[in-house]
Amino acid sequence: MAFEGLADRLQSTIKKITGKGKVSEQDVKEMTREVRLALLEADVNFKVVKDLIKRIKERAVGQEVMESLTPGQQVIKVVKEELTALMGGEQSKIAVADRPPTVIMMVGLQGAGKTTTTGKLANLLRKKHNRSPLLVACDVYRPAAIKQLKTLGSQLDMPVYSLGTEANPVDIATQALEKAKADHHDYVIIDTAGRLHIDTDLMGELSEIKAQVKPDEIFLVVDSMTGQDAVNVAESFNEQLDITGVILTKLDGDTRGGAALSIKAVTDKPIKFAGMGEKLDQLEPFHPERMASRILGMGDVLSLIEKAQENVDEKQAKELEEKMRTMSFTFDDFLEQMGQVRNMGPLDELINMLPGANKMKGLKNAQLDEKQISQVEAIIQSMTKKERQEPDIINASRKKRIAKGSGTNVSQVNRLLKQFSEMKKMMKQMTNMQKGKKAKGMKFPFM
Amino acid sequence: MGFMDKLRNRFKQNAETEEVSEKYKEGMEKTRNSFSSKINDLIARYRKVDEDFFEELEEVLITADVGVNTVMDLIDELKMEVKRRNIKDTKEVKEVISEKLVEIYYGDDSQQIEELNLQEDGLTVLLVVGVNGAGKTTSIGKLANQLKSEGKNVVLAAGDTFRAGAIEQLEVWGERAGVDVIKHTAGSDPAAVIFDAIKAAKAREADVLICDTAGRLQNKVNLMNELEKVKRVIEREVPGAPHEVLLVLDATTGQNALSQAKTFSESTDVSGIVLTKLDGTAKGGIVLAIRHELNIPVKFVGLGEKMEDLRKFDANAFVYGLFADMLEDE
Ligand SMILES: Nc1nc2c(ncn2[C@@H]2O[C@H](COP(=O)(O)OP(=O)(O)O)[C@@H](O)[C@H]2O)c(=O)[nH]1
Ligand SMILES: [Mg+2]
Repeated sequence: MAFEGLADRLQSTIKKITGKGKVSEQDVKEMTREVRLALLEADVNFKVVKDLIKRIKERAVGQEVMESLTPGQQVIKVVKEELTALMGGEQSKIAVADRPPTVIMMVGLQGAGKTTTTGKLANLLRKKHNRSPLLVACDVYRPAAIKQLKTLGSQLDMPVYSLGTEANPVDIATQALEKAKADHHDYVIIDTAGRLHIDTDLMGELSEIKAQVKPDEIFLVVDSMTGQDAVNVAESFNEQLDITGVILTKLDGDTRGGAALSIKAVTDKPIKFAGMGEKLDQLEPFHPERMASRILGMGDVLSLIEKAQENVDEKQAKELEEKMRTMSFTFDDFLEQMGQVRNMGPLDELINMLPGANKMKGLKNAQLDEKQISQVEAIIQSMTKKERQEPDIINASRKKRIAKGSGTNVSQVNRLLKQFSEMKKMMKQMTNMQKGKKAKGMKFPFM
Repeated sequence: MGFMDKLRNRFKQNAETEEVSEKYKEGMEKTRNSFSSKINDLIARYRKVDEDFFEELEEVLITADVGVNTVMDLIDELKMEVKRRNIKDTKEVKEVISEKLVEIYYGDDSQQIEELNLQEDGLTVLLVVGVNGAGKTTSIGKLANQLKSEGKNVVLAAGDTFRAGAIEQLEVWGERAGVDVIKHTAGSDPAAVIFDAIKAAKAREADVLICDTAGRLQNKVNLMNELEKVKRVIEREVPGAPHEVLLVLDATTGQNALSQAKTFSESTDVSGIVLTKLDGTAKGGIVLAIRHELNIPVKFVGLGEKMEDLRKFDANAFVYGLFADMLEDE
């Protein structure tokens, strides 16, 4: 597809330069052109790109890049630094009112994900901050929007305040606030209807709600797939409501998410959270520096590493390495490994965090079927203890028994046995290789 | 006859188009104004056709969310054309720009109007797919209303069993349009809902069955598999169906729309696009890129939240809308 990471983009330019010795201004120009294209492809707004490129050029023409031995990597470093600086630091705090309840208003375009995010935020407030929020259904326009919020409320076992579709959203919000005070809720989250930023009537309605309930937070909810128009949307909402923060949704997709940069640039308001899935616990603090990598197509490697660290404990990892080296890796270890990988989340999600994974079609469709994995698990679980440790003893009759026990067939058992023995060979090679490389110092090519 | 005249004439050929163009003009006021005023502005400022001129033109197109690749190709072609015809005046370039843009839309078949593939006899099945919040359910409501007003007997299938309130949302649209909705309970298997809906549609001798599906991001392998399964059920139960697989795209979406079009096509063989939310300020230029790179036609555009706010996509009208100012200037 059209999407290439910045590193890929710069490849040919870098090749031309290496061997020539010195970097000319023309080379820098070509490189910044590639940077520009990469940013535009990632949906960063045109004007924002322009400003960025100006700064990047200034730095690149200077010593930093031109006198470097690795100009390509240097350019990427400069670009990443500039993007990270623009994105700002991490800020995922939620306001706390001096006198409860704290009032949060959710606003945004149609289909951005406000209602789902309202549910997620409520869940987060309760789980992480031990709060008891009241949800308020102010979307009286979209069919069944109230029903949607009520369903989320009952999934979370949290109250939802609604006056049906005939009431005025301003009244609903005002009365909900009274209700929250009476019932001692410490947070009120107001879900509003999606609207166009150019719809004066409906934007006026939001201003009225704001005037009535005096919210402590106004979150603009934005779809991370938004294109060039993100600046217009963010600018209008911010001008009319003075938002306090942004929540970026659907970041579990494969969008580069350049809109994040555009929004930050025009509003200078922090992006506080990111929606990472449809489930109610999939709201995460927003990490600006990771977003910078993602926009540049370098993959969310940090998140992946973090996930791995969360799920694999150090000691286990050491033991595993030892086993791999000495070839004493058994089916039991294999099972445990699979369990750990699965703890990290659905496989396709993990794969998508890898740089370049989008392009690897085979990877996407091949081994990621959770069903297949369950089958493998079933086969191993049908082996005896001894068979798991010494797979060589598995003869034809044992295979038949295993197949029957796991609800598979003999050829599936055979395939797994073969894969396992190949894997063991590969592990040995890999551990040997790693030892060699470590001595020289292993480095990621573009980081 | 010059290109602009041709376009204008083609336009005047039937009265219906005239009406359509008015509606486009209304809905696309913002889009058109900003887009063509930018081009006019550009042309006024630059007398000479030089590198700066092209660079700025590139900007105009990119801010309209036309894919970067498409823009680059277009600019290259323009440069060649300008050289070939030895054009020095920016005013003349105006002609060439529109010509090229329209070429991307039309391809070779300049008269083609994107009609829905409706069966003369028997049941027509439409499958509607797309990412979360694109406007699938709303567009289905609008489409049901439109088909019903054309005298068709329409049934809707509540295939989004996942999102909270999705079934009820479709039911409201069913009531508004006055058509039946076949549903199961929330959380049930979407393929089973579609299976039952086909049976019900056949029993009622319906003309058109429109199947709603849950929104899904195209990189979720499991969810895309689920969608393939739904499609297989339709294929098995109604030979030749689905007669259309409509991908609903939010016009506000940037370059990811291409990835959506590509991946949804791979798993469900998309036959047409419904481009929603063109009543906002998003430019909808992505349509160009999708036509250019994937050759998928746009069949409908969404211009608001009301039941009437769905229009058949008409490339003539769309381009005319973009260039109306420029054309009228002459
Ligand atoms: N302004 C505008 N809003 C739209 C249009 N089409 C859909 N919407 C709104 O977009 C939101 C999401 O639509 P919905 O049909 O629920 O999306 P789905 O998740 O794809 O089924 C709703 O608030 C709709 O009212 C359109 O053409 N213009
Ligand atoms: Mg829907």
